[in-house]
Amino acid sequence: MSGTRDLKLLGTKESLFTHRVVWALKLKGIEYEFIEVDLLNKSPLLLELNPVHKKVPVLVHAGKTICESLVILEYIDENWKDGYYPLLPQDPLAKAYARFWAKFVDEKFYQGATAAFFSTGENRAKGIESVAEALQVLEGEIQGKKFFGGETIGFLDIAVGWIAYWFQFVEEVGDFKVMNSTKYPSFDSWTKQFLQVSIIKENLPPPEAVRCVFVGFKNMAFQAKNAEN
Amino acid sequence: MAEEVKLIRTWSSPFALRIVWALKLKGIEFETVLEDLASKSPLLLQSNPVHKKVPVLVHNGKPVSESLVILEYIEETWKEKPLLPEDPYEKASSRFWAKFSDEKLLPSVWTVFISQGNKQEEALVPALENLQFIEEQLEGKKFFGGEKIGLLDLAIGWMADMVSVLEEVTGLKLIQEDKFPLLSAWIEIFADVPEIKESGAPREKLISKFQAIRDAYAATK
Repeated sequence: MSGTRDLKLLGTKESLFTHRVVWALKLKGIEYEFIEVDLLNKSPLLLELNPVHKKVPVLVHAGKTICESLVILEYIDENWKDGYYPLLPQDPLAKAYARFWAKFVDEKFYQGATAAFFSTGENRAKGIESVAEALQVLEGEIQGKKFFGGETIGFLDIAVGWIAYWFQFVEEVGDFKVMNSTKYPSFDSWTKQFLQVSIIKENLPPPEAVRCVFVGFKNMAFQAKNAEN
Repeated sequence: MAEEVKLIRTWSSPFALRIVWALKLKGIEFETVLEDLASKSPLLLQSNPVHKKVPVLVHNGKPVSESLVILEYIEETWKEKPLLPEDPYEKASSRFWAKFSDEKLLPSVWTVFISQGNKQEEALVPALENLQFIEEQLEGKKFFGGEKIGLLDLAIGWMADMVSVLEEVTGLKLIQEDKFPLLSAWIEIFADVPEIKESGAPREKLISKFQAIRDAYAATK
């Protein structure tokens, strides 16, 4: 079995995408070395390992590099399979379902949230609308289920999981509100159950750290805009 | 139970073409349901209520949407003539580049072809950079999948006919042979694979379509 030396995860302690990989590795009980990266001053290591996107997370396993959080999740699931906690279901249709919804969240919800946070005027309004629509759809999907993965959390819960924790700070710092426990009761219930899972609960960044990062993003965007004008 | 495989597609969608290729390469019998996106059928709206887009694969009544998700579904359901390697790392690599194709490469190439003048000059920079990344992936290989066509070839396959159509419409040669020798060679052998060759949309029809799209963009300036 691979030891810590063989497996490295490049990320940041606040990054929601990095946490997807942290949760997956912890659920599977796999040891790894965490390498904190400075995203404002990107190290030669990061640029060498992820020249295409220059982002985290990056998984390095026995010298082989894997980028993109959802691709990393599937790699982890396939590499540590028999006898390990399963992330994706076995059935091809159930797998397709999980992959479809993970993509949906990364596209519609995430892009909408980004627009709501960073944009102004019409683009901001469109972003907020996009998030609301995405939530409505997710509400329908989680109805009647404990987790997206069924009785226990899986790939899709991990993919959607950032909404249960990071999103409240996006709203707070971005100064908009879409999440609503009355409008989306099943989704709200899922967020509470998800955050109760011990692996998740024990692996979340402190609220102040997340706020700080988001405030930093907002300030950088503001400065960039002023520099343009 | 007899397998019932339906593919909802349009005549020109490059995303749907990926699925045609996969089904043909695996020797899976299927029925094509041609859609007119200006007038979406109840079947499409029912099968893909979230995006209302093609392609949708309907297997024994169960729909699967999003072309890359469909490709993986096909791979896992019909295990003969595999499109993905066994090794998890090689699989991850294919998935990473397929995602790159859809999220970065295709949009950047598209931007070049709908732009004019200075904007087109600017758009060329990321497009050529992205093409270079893909060029490097072919190092030492015949296909992206190695000796045989794989999932990544199907994902990037839109380059094989689409780029030459766009080049003809704009008069701009994007994939120059001296700059992208491996990609140029790949385009030729990929297009020559029988299942690929017999599946393409009529070239003249594609040219008309994209000429109209480019004209429409130019008119909005």
